[in-house]
Amino acid sequence: MDANCKHELKVFAAEIRLALLKELKTRGFGHVGGSLSICDLLAVLYGKVMKVDPKNPKWADRDKLVVSKGHAGPAVYATLALKGFFPMADLDTLNIPHTNLPSHCDKNKTVGVDCTTGSLGQGTSQAVGMALGDKLKGRPSRTFLIVGDGEIDEGQCWEAAMFTAAKKVNNLVWIIDDNKKQLDGTTAEILPHGDLRAKMEAFGFDAVRIDGNDVEQLYDALTKEATDKPIAIVMDNIKGRGVKAVEETAANHSMNVKPEVWDSYIAAVEADLEALKKAGAQA
Amino acid sequence: MKVIYNGKADPKTFKDVLSASIPQMLDTNPDVIYLDADLMSCIGTAKYAKANPDRAINCGIAESNMAGIAAGLAAAGFKPICHTFGPFASRRCYDQVFLSAGYAHNDITMIGSDPGVTAGFNGGTHMPFEDVALYRAIPGATVVDVADSAQLENILPKLVMREGVKYLRVNRKSNDLVYEAGSEFEIGKGVVIREGKDVTIIAAGFMVGRAIGAAEVLAQKGIEATVIDMFTIKPLDEQRVIDCAKKTGCVVTAENHSKIGGLFSAVSECLIQNCPVPMGYAAVEDEFGEVGPVDYLAERFGMTVDHIVEVVEATVAKK
Repeated sequence: MDANCKHELKVFAAEIRLALLKELKTRGFGHVGGSLSICDLLAVLYGKVMKVDPKNPKWADRDKLVVSKGHAGPAVYATLALKGFFPMADLDTLNIPHTNLPSHCDKNKTVGVDCTTGSLGQGTSQAVGMALGDKLKGRPSRTFLIVGDGEIDEGQCWEAAMFTAAKKVNNLVWIIDDNKKQLDGTTAEILPHGDLRAKMEAFGFDAVRIDGNDVEQLYDALTKEATDKPIAIVMDNIKGRGVKAVEETAANHSMNVKPEVWDSYIAAVEADLEALKKAGAQA
Repeated sequence: MKVIYNGKADPKTFKDVLSASIPQMLDTNPDVIYLDADLMSCIGTAKYAKANPDRAINCGIAESNMAGIAAGLAAAGFKPICHTFGPFASRRCYDQVFLSAGYAHNDITMIGSDPGVTAGFNGGTHMPFEDVALYRAIPGATVVDVADSAQLENILPKLVMREGVKYLRVNRKSNDLVYEAGSEFEIGKGVVIREGKDVTIIAAGFMVGRAIGAAEVLAQKGIEATVIDMFTIKPLDEQRVIDCAKKTGCVVTAENHSKIGGLFSAVSECLIQNCPVPMGYAAVEDEFGEVGPVDYLAERFGMTVDHIVEVVEATVAKK
């Protein structure tokens, strides 16, 4: 990846974080930790990898995204708005009555959202069906599936993983957000997963572990051509990534903080974005 | 539609119909796709699946995953048919059907085989008396309990093409023969099998033939019964229910299901608001299933002709 491209993606990731935090500030509460931890991934997916058309969001041959950890919806909405799927002003409507932007992803409400999720585990099987359906219909599409590490406690994820590999659904890419935390605490305390990369490999995937904050590693893993074996990417991550104060908050799954605290998060990301732009591609 | 009830078993099994109709739909409509959870052999589709692995997909013993995959296939433009035994088609994958299919507007057809006492020797673990209750609670769902092979043959393709979540509960063997082959049915419309002035018996599935048998016994006792085959339990043919209640002044339901949440509940909910009349039911009390031959289980859980007759007599007496 050349320096310009890398810079562009880092800027896009910071812009997503900024739009996300402003969006969450409108209500004063929301799933901030798990939204922040997928911002770099969303930047790479929507910035360089996925074939999508904001003017034709239902284009059958597009690539699809299933955010099975559906509570990260606010990060997806920030990304889609920045890509022009709907106006940025819509982000202020998060979770108000009759909104098109509910806390959890809903394909029937939000332009550009490909799958309805929120009940953890359920996005995995739907993603398998969507990818399999595209394959059987002869479409060139790929489906990207984001699963939370806490979410993978759900047995349905493993049923879907077994099916993906066994039936060679290789136009589906599994991405596990290993941000080490779930609602009640750390995954290590609640239900340790062991080596997730090794587990996915044992299930029959071509599995890699990368830094979930490194746009270059993400790009390389997401654009690798799949063999018969589908690809699984375990993102080594930190819940709340990209906003130090959130990273350092123990209970950061859903946060309800005062406007001035949101402002401090926003100011931190604005400073990061400014520094990135100032340093330019040479940094 | 022509009623040819003769008190005998339908010579054509439901399995005969499923094993012919599902492949026929798959061969004639490329959008139809079929998924099963390791029970293809039970409905005679395994051979077809072996020859057509892209049209008939065995998901293994993972019903939740099957329901979710079906929802995803629906999102990709398919009209999926899923099959497994009734308890697994309802309880085991209920949240996936409710959310991934229902809430997300991914239309799928779920076939739950061997409902209620027809699970027979598979016993209590395999005997859903609550599957109708569960599927009725899914907003916009269609719930069908078929009486015989002719009805299944006519209804299945219509169900697959219909919008929303569709649940079909069907025995694999035969129920009593009721209809002439080639009979036409409309989803959501109850079938008037016979008309009488004293009572209306509203039955579904396994109980339709038994309800007709009960009406014949009652006629000899001077009680003239209207018999309705309410094969579509949801959406209920409310107008038919209300009209019959008004004409006959009392109603008895007959179902191979718990009295909680099934046909009795649906009819009661309708009549309490529109035309309250004395009611009775032949249905399972608040209890679990158990093992045994179907005839024993029908007796044990109150699904015999004699029991329907008793309930009707008690209900007519309340008029």
